[in-house]
Amino acid sequence: MEITRKAIDSLRIEHITKRFPGVLACDDISLEIKKGEVLALVGENGAGKTTLMNILMGLYHPDEGSMFINGEKVHFRSPNDAFAYGIGMVHQQYMLVPNLTVLENIALGYKKAWNPLKLNLQMVRDRIDEISAHYGLSVDPDAYIWQLSVGEQQRVELVKTLCLGAEFLILDEPTSALTPQETDELIALLKKMSSELSIIFISHKLQEVKDLSSRVAILRHGKVVFQGNTIDHSSSDIAALMTGHEVNLPQNDAPACTLGPMLQIRNLKVKSDRGFLALDDLSLYVCKGEIVGLAGVSGNGQKELAEAINGLRKVESGEIVFDGVDIANFTPKQVIDCGMGYVPEERNTEGIVPSFSIKENLVLKDVESEKFSNRTFLKNSVIQKNGEDLRTQFDIRSPNIDIAAGSLSGGNIQKVILAREISRNPKFLVAVYPTRGLDMGAAEFIHKQLLQKRNEGVGILLISEELEEITNLSDQVAVIFKGKIQKVIPASEASRRRLGILMAGVEDDEQI
Amino acid sequence: MTNRFKTGYKIGVIILAIITAMALGAVILLAIGADVFKTYIVILTRPLMNKIGVTEVLLRMVPLSIIAIGITVAYRSGIINIGAEGQMAIGVLSTTAIALLFPNLPGYVLIPFAILAGAIGGAAWGFIPGFLKAKLQVSELLSTVMLNYIAAQLYTFLLRGPMLDPAEMTMGSGTPQSMRLSKNLDLTRFIKGTRIHTGLFIALALAVIIYFLLWKTSFGFKLRAAGASSKAARYGGINVPKYLIIAMMISGAFAGMAGSIEIAGVHRRAIEGVTSGYGFSGIVVALFGGLHPAGIVPAAFFFGLLIYGADMTQRIVGVPANMVQVLQGIIILVIVSTKMIINNPYLMQKVESRINSFRKKGSAQEETV
Ligand SMILES: Nc1ncnc2c1ncn2[C@@H]1O[C@H](COP(=O)(O)OP(=O)(O)OP(=O)(O)O)[C@@H](O)[C@H]1O
Ligand SMILES: [Mg+2]
Repeated sequence: MEITRKAIDSLRIEHITKRFPGVLACDDISLEIKKGEVLALVGENGAGKTTLMNILMGLYHPDEGSMFINGEKVHFRSPNDAFAYGIGMVHQQYMLVPNLTVLENIALGYKKAWNPLKLNLQMVRDRIDEISAHYGLSVDPDAYIWQLSVGEQQRVELVKTLCLGAEFLILDEPTSALTPQETDELIALLKKMSSELSIIFISHKLQEVKDLSSRVAILRHGKVVFQGNTIDHSSSDIAALMTGHEVNLPQNDAPACTLGPMLQIRNLKVKSDRGFLALDDLSLYVCKGEIVGLAGVSGNGQKELAEAINGLRKVESGEIVFDGVDIANFTPKQVIDCGMGYVPEERNTEGIVPSFSIKENLVLKDVESEKFSNRTFLKNSVIQKNGEDLRTQFDIRSPNIDIAAGSLSGGNIQKVILAREISRNPKFLVAVYPTRGLDMGAAEFIHKQLLQKRNEGVGILLISEELEEITNLSDQVAVIFKGKIQKVIPASEASRRRLGILMAGVEDDEQI
Repeated sequence: MTNRFKTGYKIGVIILAIITAMALGAVILLAIGADVFKTYIVILTRPLMNKIGVTEVLLRMVPLSIIAIGITVAYRSGIINIGAEGQMAIGVLSTTAIALLFPNLPGYVLIPFAILAGAIGGAAWGFIPGFLKAKLQVSELLSTVMLNYIAAQLYTFLLRGPMLDPAEMTMGSGTPQSMRLSKNLDLTRFIKGTRIHTGLFIALALAVIIYFLLWKTSFGFKLRAAGASSKAARYGGINVPKYLIIAMMISGAFAGMAGSIEIAGVHRRAIEGVTSGYGFSGIVVALFGGLHPAGIVPAAFFFGLLIYGADMTQRIVGVPANMVQVLQGIIILVIVSTKMIINNPYLMQKVESRINSFRKKGSAQEETV
């Protein structure tokens, strides 16, 4: 396939416009990318980045505008047409089948290996080896997808795309779910690959943009508002251009709070999906009006801890004392009624009902409350008003609040969840990766909200992989490793290096 | 994409589905050597030519719509109930039992009581698969179908034994049926010379009630959330298993009531074959009606027309009434395929942009004129 095809020396789009009901997702966009270039596409949530990439892939058809490859006009009717030209995309959400192996997943798309009667797996294996060796991307072809970490799955997606012969890569927020180490690895790898490929890459993290890209384009409200060479601009310039104002991530510099305990976890044991102990004798303490940041490499029990607190996972033994009541093994409803708020990791499948409208999702936990229903009938006007208010307050970008929440952009889905959880006035909030996928302006806003809640006396358990987020917001930082709290240190003493050491499981007694 | 376009698009696809199904049906009609055109004309128009025809269609619409609405409740909570046939049979038996036990109760007591008994019987039959699914993850496809067989056997057993008409026993032909039930149970036939009975209004009222229940109450909100995304519902504090079980019980209760109303309004006794496939046709009606009461009522009328029209073709054109079952089968296949079309946003977009560019051309021409 890739032998007969001509290489892509340049890809140009002109006057691309795409409308959704009530939204101009892409507004007269023109861009050009040449071979060997890395174009970073940045912009606020809902600016139209994903939509534009989906158009490049032939997933959506532009209402107006055209595309040129090597100066020749092309028209993609489906992703297959884009593949045929060597354009490949790694989506924000990975599209791998969990109970197949890496090899089988790649074979699914590798049509050349589909003999009429038998799948030529050896051929796929050879191809994977070839790609892995060529780009230095190691994957284990026989591992099952469900055994892999998010970062490894990311790599599989990349190998898959490359195996299919892509030489023009589109990466939609490839790093948003990765750990800092995985991110560094991926960036280094992409850098190496960029000598042979063209890459368009979307990110909200400007450091990555600086590290990797040669050019940067900023989208706002569907328009390209800026294009230029990356080296000519500092990150703060780009941030200012992107949001229209300077971004200052707030810091927690309030004095330590002394309001007494809100959540005390003692000797908690919880099993993972695969049956081993994900939390092994974990103890943790969060005060009222205190933010405890839980730092750790993902997969060390963070998910299980959040689920156990919220009644979504069985507690084998131990206590979760919440405001004086042991809530271990309460039902989710009972936990919610105790005043617990929860921002889950899985926003698309767990945090919202995708087919429900935005306003319905905003009252998901409260339809039976007196505010939104009179025991039986829903108070539709109140639900409507609540939706309108939260949409304005949290700047949820959507034409109206009656559209399905699942059709929102990734960052805006996150805003819907945060709006619901924060506006419910919880006594305590478990926030898992609360700003993943949010643009800088939105992250700033959320950070401010969390700090404000803290100052109002709400206890917050902040689970995050972004050390900056943790050190900025927390009073205390707890490091989790293999289901145990490795150490709890005051945020002022939590240097990047020290956290890194603790997260790797090394005991430290270093005093700084 | 405007909502108007979306609705129009969906209706367009459904009409296309009907045409496709009829075209496929035509092939089969040709194969058995029938006059295709005449057959369709008879099915679709003949019943509507006179009072009797129209009321007979409405008569068939009653159980179809009640069952389809019950199936919708289950479907919206995430369960596919193919056990309506069995639930209906249990409903008939419960109502018959009540009428046999208390024949002298006045109508205004006996009718609600007997229908309630039918609902409870159907609900109990729906509870079993609901419970098995919620607690033990047993596929409802298996359990409901199996319960259909059990209900059918129970039905036959009771009609040939304990409930058999005493008159049949002594001197009759041995037809397995109950005796003529108490006249107090009769639903009024409100148009002289026809069989159409007040069950029609019960069916319409039930459709309205379910519309309000599903879309206007917090109960319905939770039920639909459980069906739309069980994971998110659980996260939101909704007791998903509970809603599965309740939805299956409502679904069963509706099938049971359809049975009660059918004997109180039409047959006035339990006879063999009273369910006559309504439980299965109800699934088609529910899907065809877009799982929404506002679509189900017309869809039930349409299927009532098909069923009654098929009886006529047998008499008038000599095409066996079973042809309607063939047509139904084809419609199910076509509907399932059109679901894919309806839910494919890319296709919908393509159609929209075509229409838009077509319109633009049109308006451009108008301007130049
Ligand atoms: N299928 C769709 N139907 C309706 N509206 C859509 C659809 N897809 C995207 N939109 C709207 O188009 C706009 C652009 O969305 P898009 O997903 O491209 O944003 P994005 O820049 O990728 O944002 P994020 O950084 O949050 O991922 C948003 O307002 C979104 O609500
Ligand atoms: Mg996006």
